[in-house]
Amino acid sequence: MVVMSTHEIMALEELYREVILDHYRHPRHKGTLANADLHADGLNPSCGDEFSLDLVVTDGVITDVATQGQGCSISQASGSMMADAIKGKTLAEVADLMRMFRVMMSIDEGESPVDPARPGAVLGDLESLQGVRKFPVRIKCADLPWATLADALSQAASQ
Amino acid sequence: MMDQVRADFPILERLVNGKRLAYLDSSATTQKPNQVIDAVSDYYRIHNSNVHRGAHTLAGEATVAYEDARSKIARFIGAGSSSEVVLTRGTTNGMNLIAYGWGLNRLSRGDRILLTVMEHHANVVPWQLIAKHTGAELVYLELDDDYQVDLTGLEDVVDDRLKIISVSGMSNVTGAIGPVPQLVAAARSIGALMVVDAAQSVPHLPTNVTEIGADLLVFSAHKMLGPTGIGAMWGRHEILEEMDPAEGGGEMITDVKLHESRWAPVPHKFEAGTPPIAQAVGFGAAVDYLDKLGMEAVRRHEIEITQYALDRLTEIPDLRIVGPMDLARRGGTVSFELGDIHPHDVATILDQEGVAVRAGHHCAKPLMRYLNVPATARASFYVYTTEDDIDQLVAGLHRARELFGLA
Repeated sequence: MVVMSTHEIMALEELYREVILDHYRHPRHKGTLANADLHADGLNPSCGDEFSLDLVVTDGVITDVATQGQGCSISQASGSMMADAIKGKTLAEVADLMRMFRVMMSIDEGESPVDPARPGAVLGDLESLQGVRKFPVRIKCADLPWATLADALSQAASQ
Repeated sequence: MMDQVRADFPILERLVNGKRLAYLDSSATTQKPNQVIDAVSDYYRIHNSNVHRGAHTLAGEATVAYEDARSKIARFIGAGSSSEVVLTRGTTNGMNLIAYGWGLNRLSRGDRILLTVMEHHANVVPWQLIAKHTGAELVYLELDDDYQVDLTGLEDVVDDRLKIISVSGMSNVTGAIGPVPQLVAAARSIGALMVVDAAQSVPHLPTNVTEIGADLLVFSAHKMLGPTGIGAMWGRHEILEEMDPAEGGGEMITDVKLHESRWAPVPHKFEAGTPPIAQAVGFGAAVDYLDKLGMEAVRRHEIEITQYALDRLTEIPDLRIVGPMDLARRGGTVSFELGDIHPHDVATILDQEGVAVRAGHHCAKPLMRYLNVPATARASFYVYTTEDDIDQLVAGLHRARELFGLA
């Protein structure tokens, strides 16, 4: 029998918090949108995790979101929480959210990430993903939905 | 045997995340014994030079060391002559040398290449590239209910359109042993080229290429205790003579003029550029090590440890083995799923317990799609694997069930 130290139990329990497992097992906004304005497919080729995103954007606000995917609890929970967090937000707020999330995950997003004049961006459940930072090889899992979102938004910018 | 073997592998003494290392990822790459590490190190310390050129003493020693390794590898697989062993950069390189060196100039539209759905990408993608160049098409054998290649449809595809059969000697995902003898017979009956991807079989099963009767067989050193960056392509002499070199450069010529060249005799025709010399020396030392253990003993140990692992793993609720249960027809590579816990999460939790397993598609996406699983966790064994390693794995899997609320 292998005995685990308190530190390691804490790290794993921080990683697999109940709210994460809940989003993994019951992903929010699951499906597709026939009237989507933006669509992107994300793939993590090294592990095979997939995440797809449909967005309806009305007057610069994300009014509807649908996601599909398969992969580990971290990638899929991150996607479910992201969908919750961006629905109803302006594109500028969503950009803030993405920077806040990536800064939290120790993914470099440069200096002064968020404009304090736009307080609409709130991480909410996404804060539960902080435990992933202790597992550097898993950060790319948490970021897959966000990379997919960035891809979708870059299409918006080029339209 | 095991105590002595484990003492030869210094890495097995280290801790991972504060725990004893249970290294169960030998299908990805095996650990290396001191004998191999020392052979590589001694080569660089004492003999280092380039091969097949230069009149000085070191060049002579390097050449002898390199060619000695080739001879050892040839003996190890029962080749008729060491000239039938081409040293490559690994199995993938070997498969590409075959696809381009044999397939490119001999296949045409309507010709067929027969594979199975359990192949590693290294035995799929080179053939897809060649099919694109030549207009040939790929056909696949499927699997039966016990994850073995289903040969019931074989007769339907064995006809004069079939030019190449290429099959894995052992699956790197399920551990299933490929139906090489049956496919060799099928290839013989129509004069097709028979290729064996032996990356997983040569390290784990006694192998005699003369008895197998295939035309070409490729494998890698690093999956059998040797260094990365080197492998071997065995070929029947006539086939190697007939094959074109897929790569050109130094070492592989007898004469070079401005607009044409003449190739060196086999096997050197296929060894363009300075070869991985130290790695070849390490490969030779790995083969010596396995020879000393005896491949029959290696296989026996693997059957025992796999039996133990299957027994312990099937005791765990929610655990499903993705692979055959018949030990006579499988090796020590065990893929599994654990409830709704994704394999990457399983691997992260196991890693915290010092248990190294692989999670993902194992470079076999066609197989994963065929089996309708997005990914599996995989524990794979070798000569140093003990029941303690398996016990540590099982304890980690119970921990995973607790963390995910399944226990």
